[in-house]
Amino acid sequence: MHARQPLSKHILRLLQWLVPALVLALLAACGEQPWNSPYPPGQAGKNILYSSFGERPNHLDPAQSYSSNEVVFTGQIYEPPLQYHFLERPYRLVPLTATGMPKPWYLDAEGNRLADDADAKDIAVSVYDIEIRKGILYQPHPALAKDAQGHYLYHHLDAEALEDIDSLADFPRSGTRELVAADYVYQIKRLAYPTLHSPIFGLMSDYILGLRDYAATLREAYEERAARQSGPVLLRLDDYPLEGVEVLDRYRYRIRIRGKYPQFLYWLAMPFFSPVPWEADAFYTQPGMKEKNITLDWYPLGTGPYMLTVNNPNRQMVLQRNPNFHGERYPSEGEPGDAAAGYLDDAGRELPMIDTVIYSLEKEAIPYWNKFLQGYYDSSGVNSDSFDQAVQIGSAGDISLTPQLQKKGIRLNTAVSASIFYTGFNMLDPVVGGYSKRARLLRRAISIAMDYEEYISIFANGRGIPAQGPLPPGIFGYVGGRAGIDPYVYDWTPQGPRRKPISEARRLLAEAGYPDGRDLESGKPLVLYLDTTGGGPDDSARLNWIRKQFAKLDIQLQIRNTDYNRFQDKMLKGTAQIFQWGWNADYPDPENFLFLLYGRNGKVEHQGENAANYANPEFDRLFERMSNMDNGPERQRVIDRMVEILRRDAPWVFGFFPKQFVLYHGWYHNAKPNLMANNTLKYRRIDPLLREQKRREWNRPILWPLGLLALLLVVAILPAVIAYRRRENRRIRTEAG
Amino acid sequence: MFAYVVRRALYAIPILIGVNLITFVLFFVVNTPDDMARMHLGMKRVTPEAVQKWKAERGYDKPLLYNAEASGAGMLTDTIFFDKSVRLFAFDFGASDSGRDIGADIGQRMWPSLAIAVPVLLLGLLVYISFAMLLAFFRGSYLDLSGVVLCVVLMSISGLFYIIGGQYLFSKLLHLVPVSGYEPGWLAWRFVLLPVAIGVFAGIGSSSRWYRSIFLEEINRDYVRTARAKGLPETRLLFRHVLKNALVPILTGVVVVLPTLFMGNLILESFFGIPGLGSYTIEAIQNQDFAIVRAMVFLGSVLYILGLLLTDISYTLVDPRIRLS
Amino acid sequence: MIQPVILWTDALVYLLVVVVVLFAFYARGREHLRAPWREVVRSRIAVASLVVLLFYTATGLLDSLHFRKVLPQQDGQQQVQYSGEVLSLLDELLGPMRTQEEKTYSAPFATHLYTKEAIIDADGRQTRDYPRLRYGGAHLADPASEKGADIRQRSLRALGQAGAVLLLLTAILALLLARRWRCSPLVALRRVLAGGSVVPWRTALAFVGLFLLLIALIANLSAWYHMLGTDKVGQDVLYQSIKSIRTGLVIGTLTTLVMLPFAVFLGMMAGYFRGWVDDVIQYLYTTLNSIPGVLLIAAAVLMMQVYMSNHPEMFETMAERADLRLLFLCLILGITSWTGLCRLLRGETLKLRELDYVQAADAFGVGRFTIMVRHLLPNLLHLVLIAVVLDFSGLVLAEAVLSYVGVGVDPTTMSWGNMINRARLEMAREPMVWWSLLAAFAFMFTLVLAANLFSDAVRDAFDPRLRAQR
Repeated sequence: MHARQPLSKHILRLLQWLVPALVLALLAACGEQPWNSPYPPGQAGKNILYSSFGERPNHLDPAQSYSSNEVVFTGQIYEPPLQYHFLERPYRLVPLTATGMPKPWYLDAEGNRLADDADAKDIAVSVYDIEIRKGILYQPHPALAKDAQGHYLYHHLDAEALEDIDSLADFPRSGTRELVAADYVYQIKRLAYPTLHSPIFGLMSDYILGLRDYAATLREAYEERAARQSGPVLLRLDDYPLEGVEVLDRYRYRIRIRGKYPQFLYWLAMPFFSPVPWEADAFYTQPGMKEKNITLDWYPLGTGPYMLTVNNPNRQMVLQRNPNFHGERYPSEGEPGDAAAGYLDDAGRELPMIDTVIYSLEKEAIPYWNKFLQGYYDSSGVNSDSFDQAVQIGSAGDISLTPQLQKKGIRLNTAVSASIFYTGFNMLDPVVGGYSKRARLLRRAISIAMDYEEYISIFANGRGIPAQGPLPPGIFGYVGGRAGIDPYVYDWTPQGPRRKPISEARRLLAEAGYPDGRDLESGKPLVLYLDTTGGGPDDSARLNWIRKQFAKLDIQLQIRNTDYNRFQDKMLKGTAQIFQWGWNADYPDPENFLFLLYGRNGKVEHQGENAANYANPEFDRLFERMSNMDNGPERQRVIDRMVEILRRDAPWVFGFFPKQFVLYHGWYHNAKPNLMANNTLKYRRIDPLLREQKRREWNRPILWPLGLLALLLVVAILPAVIAYRRRENRRIRTEAG
Repeated sequence: MFAYVVRRALYAIPILIGVNLITFVLFFVVNTPDDMARMHLGMKRVTPEAVQKWKAERGYDKPLLYNAEASGAGMLTDTIFFDKSVRLFAFDFGASDSGRDIGADIGQRMWPSLAIAVPVLLLGLLVYISFAMLLAFFRGSYLDLSGVVLCVVLMSISGLFYIIGGQYLFSKLLHLVPVSGYEPGWLAWRFVLLPVAIGVFAGIGSSSRWYRSIFLEEINRDYVRTARAKGLPETRLLFRHVLKNALVPILTGVVVVLPTLFMGNLILESFFGIPGLGSYTIEAIQNQDFAIVRAMVFLGSVLYILGLLLTDISYTLVDPRIRLS
Repeated sequence: MIQPVILWTDALVYLLVVVVVLFAFYARGREHLRAPWREVVRSRIAVASLVVLLFYTATGLLDSLHFRKVLPQQDGQQQVQYSGEVLSLLDELLGPMRTQEEKTYSAPFATHLYTKEAIIDADGRQTRDYPRLRYGGAHLADPASEKGADIRQRSLRALGQAGAVLLLLTAILALLLARRWRCSPLVALRRVLAGGSVVPWRTALAFVGLFLLLIALIANLSAWYHMLGTDKVGQDVLYQSIKSIRTGLVIGTLTTLVMLPFAVFLGMMAGYFRGWVDDVIQYLYTTLNSIPGVLLIAAAVLMMQVYMSNHPEMFETMAERADLRLLFLCLILGITSWTGLCRLLRGETLKLRELDYVQAADAFGVGRFTIMVRHLLPNLLHLVLIAVVLDFSGLVLAEAVLSYVGVGVDPTTMSWGNMINRARLEMAREPMVWWSLLAAFAFMFTLVLAANLFSDAVRDAFDPRLRAQR
């Protein structure tokens, strides 16, 4: 009987059932939440901060992690002895686990103690004594779990015991213990550990006494052990003393540094110098752990306000409040204006203020931005394509949010980051490189032609300041205003610096022997090469723009676009001609910028960070002097001279200092940007109830288009039904007749 | 039958060796192990020693294909190629170049891929077959004609437009589904809804047209004419005979793609931020993680060969006249 | 003075044209190949798509004639020097569209930029407003009041010009048809316009007229307005869309051209020789087929990039680099897509070789190679043709997807894939920038739709099995 029913009736009946069922299912499953919420229903209204990660962090071991996407996590989990003050500017270091700021004392070559104001030349060794606070506990962790007799529970696991273990959470017991000075010493020794690649090992072995030899000793010992035993090798670092670092007592340790190196304190605020208990290595180096992805790189162990409880790089990472956190209070002093901005409202409150932070995998900027607008992320950067939607620049150049975003209660913070994007010339190149007058003029002409003001306005939407030299504002040595302009590229006007006209650049070019971009003798057009990476959609626009800049001088620019590997390779071999690169400062000191042009850091010869391979003896001499001076007028004078040399030689087109724009929702508090500190999460506060309310308000599903769609479908099917009816009728009639 | 399967399995071995050789050569022409090391060690402060160390740890310090220093069989076996290939055949994918176990990752990322691919396949079959039946039923009328024109129009639109448009409309404007993301378990349905709908819709043009032509072929056969002449109602005819017989080529076409469902839909996954195997592969290419790429290519080839085998077997099941030999 | 530049793809494109012309001559003398074509041109849809395809092809061919211009002579210069910029004939024809670049986004037919900027007015005060465009509508004193009339006037002129050309073409057609039909031109004209001709000339004329109108509109308006707006760096979107035609066509056609010899000869050899030859060829294509296509393409494209960056001296201009990447993409796409046709031909050859006349030729001692070329190939040609036509649209679509994944054409090459890829970012803007996406969509859709409809007609005509069903 069934098959006798007309087809259309089947469909209609199906639709009759299907549509309400679907709607019901939708409603039931969504419950209280907006339909488009990307989070499970149970999380609504909880004190959870939502953020994202684009690239999974490769290393969370503090000896290895360095990238900014790793520091987001390690900064919250590990606690080095020092930290940056959250509110004060200029940036100032304050103690974190240390009891006070370590004050170095100096020794000469014979080991005699020198006065604190001794000349840097005479100082052979600087000694830092660091005392840490008592009673700080580690986060709960299976590596620290002990049984009733005080034996470690999980330090001698065999394959059988590991069978049911897939992640750290599968260990039933966990334990803790007090933080001691020896843990800090242990971590410094780990920097030289043979199986770890610490990015700062090379740099630190220049400073910490005996670190280089220590690495050799460890390697020897390691290889000897590895030859004798199978499976992972663990060296007991306590058995191998390190000359420059020693434990004084339970809460004090000493670091000895070669010469005078005032910047060392900044390193003490980075995760490299945070404590690692020896138990962690003993636990993670057991056979079978690595195969299950249970390593310190994936499951860090620290004393900080948060601990990593979920680490699934395919989807999500979760930081949870550390129940053993030693406690810290929100600072009660800041810079002027902080109170008015509300940054002091929480003064004296117990930190951290957020319970859980969920980082979801988000590969692309567009979905992130859309979710931020819907209230599913709490803060967001501003990329150039969402800029117009977010920000408007007032008639006086003041920056404010668009009414659309203001209405949502979104707020904006801006800060010039301690970074620089520059266009470099390879000084080893026969055409653009070298120190001849001709090459110098050519470089200066290009410096004028590269209109970075336009670049900033097109590609960064004004989120940057054209650089007048290598030092960004906020770094000691930066000079603003009229005295700070690059006189080779800019003229001073009452409105501020103005780029010299293109005619001036053409004149320089002619003087260099390339009138109208063609060689004076052969008439050959001047062809230059830019080496760059990236094939994204935005890159082709950027490359076109750069070509246009060179075309203003009638120079033909050929762009050699390769992948990042090739690019690195070219830089190492010194076969690139013009390149674009950037630098993100490790710490707020001019040394961390000027060393990018120090001759002994040349990329080709010394494989350092001086990608332009710039080497000017005068500059190098000044650099060596400047780097261990204390901030003061004397240092400023040296820096001024160094910057002048750079402007004259023009090994870089200085490019621009990017400005960071951060948007955050009305329920997100204490959002003051701190570009140096990486442990700012503990200061943040959110208002989950307000967020819940807003999310609902903003995400009401709009259903009528679906109805319209269904109607359209019916209209489309209707003729079919009619035609079918007619045909059936006709047949019946013919059969009847 | 059993002998046939065994023989085909043995035949797969040289193919897999060939596949492995091709990927290997292609990838290492692009990348020296040094490049890979630099890529993975990051951008700042990388020393040549660190590069050497990285290579040695991952076994990339041996010669690629031929070891002149070794003796005897070692000339071929003490190489990167041999080292890395042999373990694949035991489905031991080892650790990725960034240090994670690939097998565990594949096991985890397989599910989101399936959560998209399986509904797309099943729902797609349902929609395409019904639509094609409708067209076949009204064959020759203006409905059929406009339906076919619609199919051609739909298949002339790049799939990217469906995705971009769908995402814009349903997530951004109407707030009906999340913009992107994924949640394991049953909660996944909200994230999967839109990609599945788009996946089905994008295939409507070409598939329905193809199915329609299969139906028409069947309708024009003699037995159908005979049945119709005997006065069998059209609907019954369509459902009882045409659909049943036309399902054979349709299903055998489906069987061949079944195993490859595991590989995931690359574009859908990356647009909707679904952590499946498709996006896993794309990320591996972008990060030049050779270990993952090699594992995925190998897996893809195995599944493809499996698909071919399944097709052959399904032919014998639906048509007893075909014998496997 | 110009210096002609023959890019690799140019050469191959014109080789393809020669092949097509030769094939046409070959087919003229053979009824089994000619008859289906006659049937194709009787279909109205096929003729309309053919007109569309012809206009696209003409654009692509114009864009495949490249040259470098000479630089002005300098004092004391010995040698003639050429500009590094490679232009095509199409670039010359489109003239102002290429050179008139704005600063950034502007909407279709806009006179102002799409984004506000700080403007310093006559009094030295700074205000924030939408600045006037450098070229778009720059000839208007007061855009708000004059723009509509100006556009209307120019469009009417375009309409007139297109109409005139169309009339001329119709007249010529009528004269030609009158000679063939041996009737008076007026009668022929009436028959054509009434739709009474076997070949639907009326449809053809209508579509030609449509394209003439589009061309006339572009000629009249594009120098004064950006008809489809401008992109992020201020380049005309219409210009980009038109330039993308060549990329699409090259990918769609050259891929098949490079894969065809492999597919045909390997397929025929496998089917004809059988035995170990068959085994080897089957092994080859199963192996290639079992590698996921995208991975193979990605690896190969990366390899190409490495080669190019290691040998920069081989590529004098950027156009050459981009061109080689395009060619290489065609090659690798060809390698991944020849297997299907190869398998089809193998199966067909297996059937054909059992036929009497092949067996007879074999018995007479005719060489195997001769048998393959003389007796097998002609009987496989229709399959090859159908495959080529069917593959075309799929390849054009594939380009977009590959560019999205980042292994498509060079980012500096103009292609619809690159446009769509960029448009993703533009969709997230507020207010939305929709014209790039729409332009890419429209141009691509027209081409693919025409190709699909045309390939349908071709398949119906050549595949006797399907013809029986109609």
